Amino acid sequence: MEPMIELKNVSMAFKEHRVLDNLNLQVLPGEILVIIGPSGSGKSTLLRLMIGLLKPTSGEIWVDGQEISQLDEDKLNNIRRNMGMVFQYSALFDSMTVGDNVAFGIRQHTKMPEDQILRVIRRTLRMVGLMGKENVMPNELSGGMKKRVSLARAIAINPKIVLYDEPTSGLDPVMASTINRLIVSTRRIMGVTAVVVTHDMDSAFAIADRIAMMYDEKIIEIGKPDEFRQSSNPLVQQFIYGAKNNCIPVRRRASE
Amino acid sequence: MIKLCSWLGRIIFELMETTGKTVLLIFQTLLQLRRINIHHVIYQMAHLGVDTMPIVFMMIVFTGMVMVWQATPALARAGAQSTTGGLVALAMFRELGPVLSAVVLAGRVGAAITAEIGSMKVTEQIDALRVMATDPIGYLVVPRFVACILMTPVLVTFANLMGIGGGFLVATTYTQVNPYTFIRSIETFTVLSDFTGGLIKSMFFGGIVAIVGCLKGMDAKAGAEGVGQATTSSVVTSMVWIFVINYFLSTMLYR
Repeated sequence: MEPMIELKNVSMAFKEHRVLDNLNLQVLPGEILVIIGPSGSGKSTLLRLMIGLLKPTSGEIWVDGQEISQLDEDKLNNIRRNMGMVFQYSALFDSMTVGDNVAFGIRQHTKMPEDQILRVIRRTLRMVGLMGKENVMPNELSGGMKKRVSLARAIAINPKIVLYDEPTSGLDPVMASTINRLIVSTRRIMGVTAVVVTHDMDSAFAIADRIAMMYDEKIIEIGKPDEFRQSSNPLVQQFIYGAKNNCIPVRRRASE
Repeated sequence: MIKLCSWLGRIIFELMETTGKTVLLIFQTLLQLRRINIHHVIYQMAHLGVDTMPIVFMMIVFTGMVMVWQATPALARAGAQSTTGGLVALAMFRELGPVLSAVVLAGRVGAAITAEIGSMKVTEQIDALRVMATDPIGYLVVPRFVACILMTPVLVTFANLMGIGGGFLVATTYTQVNPYTFIRSIETFTVLSDFTGGLIKSMFFGGIVAIVGCLKGMDAKAGAEGVGQATTSSVVTSMVWIFVINYFLSTMLYR
C-alpha cells in the first residue's frame, strides 16, 4: 500500500541545534499513527515538517504522492487543503466566533452558499459535542472545548489527513478520553489518516494503530500497540512505565 | 572602544536587517494584491481609519490654534497679520496635517496592528492560517496596507480642515484678524499642489505604518513581553521612517 505520508532521510536543525537526524517514517492511509517521545525530542517539529510549516535541512517529505519539501507556499497550500491540524494550544482565531472558526477553511477556499456553511458548522459542532456553541467566542470556552473546536475546524473541510499536536495535554482524564474517542470516530466516519503526537501513554494505547517512539533525533521503535508494549528496548519500557533509571536521562539544561 | 564599535556594528546590522525585511514584505504584499478581499479592506478602513479620527482632530485643532496664537504677534510686528490664514493653511497642507496625522496613526494604528498580529503569532494563530492554506500576508497584511493607504489621505484632508478651522477660531476671536482676510490669504498663499503633495505624502506614511506594524507583529518574540517589545519597536520605527521619508518626499514634491 502506498503511504499517505513518507519521510525519507529527513534531517532538521535550528541553527547549531540538530532536532532530527536522517529520520525515515511511513504513515499508511487511514491509520492512526501515534508518535511518543521525551520533551524536546522533535515530535512537534516532525508534525510541522509534514504540513510544510518548516522545511527540512535535508531529505524528502512525501504527502499524498507529492514531494513537499521544496514546494513554494502556493503549491503547498494546494496540499494543505486536504490536511487539518489540531494545535497543542488550540490556536483558535480569538477575534472570531466558534462558528466562524469552524467555517474559516470553507469560506476561504470554496464558494459554498452561506446556508450550506451553517449546516456544515452545526453538523461538525454536533460531531464534537458542542452543538449550539457557534456564536460563542473562544475565550468563553474551557481548554477541552477549545481542543474540540480546533478539531471541528480541522475536519470541517473534509481532510484526508489530520495532525494532532498533544491533543490531550492539560486535560482531565474524562476530557482526554472524550478527545481520544473523537480522534477514533473521526477516522471511522471520515476515513482520515491521523498522526498524533502525545506524551499520554493511555491515549497512545487507546487510539493507535501503530506507535512510534522518538529518541535522540530518530525513531527508535515502531509497531502495533501490543508489539510496542512488549518491546525489548529498555528506553521504550522506561517511557511506557515511567520508571526512573539511567536509560533516558533527565535533562536539566536545554543544551544537554 | 571595542565595545562602542561592536555596539555600533550591531545597530547597523539590525538596521540593515530590518530594512531588508521591510522591503521584502512590501514586495510580498504587492504580489498578494491580486487576491485582495474587499470586505476585509472595508472592515480595516473602518476599524483603523474612522476610529483614529477623533484623536487626530483634537490634536490638529489645538495645533492650528496654538500656531496662530504664537505666530500672530510676530506677524503683527512685521505688519503681515493679514497673512495668518495663508501661513496656517500652508503649514497644515504641506507638513503639519500629514506628519502629525501619521504620528498619531503610528501610535494608535501601528501599535494596534503589531499587538494584534504579534499576539496571533505567539498563540500559533498565524501557523493555523498557513495550515488552512491561507497566506498570512494576503489575509493579514494586504487589507491593513490598503486600508491605511486609502484612509490616511482622507484622515489628512479632514485634519487639514480642522487645523485651519482651529486657527481661524483663534485668529478671528483673540487676535482680531478679519475672517475675510484670513480666508483670502489662504487663497493667495496656497496652490492645489500644496494640498495634493500632502496627500501623496500621507499615502506613503499610511503604507509605512501598516508595513512596519505588520512586520514587527510577525517578528514578535514569544510571550507577553515579546509582544510589548514589538509594539514599542513598531511605533518608534514607524515614526523614524515617517520623519526621514517626509524630508525626502518634501524635497521632491515641493521643489
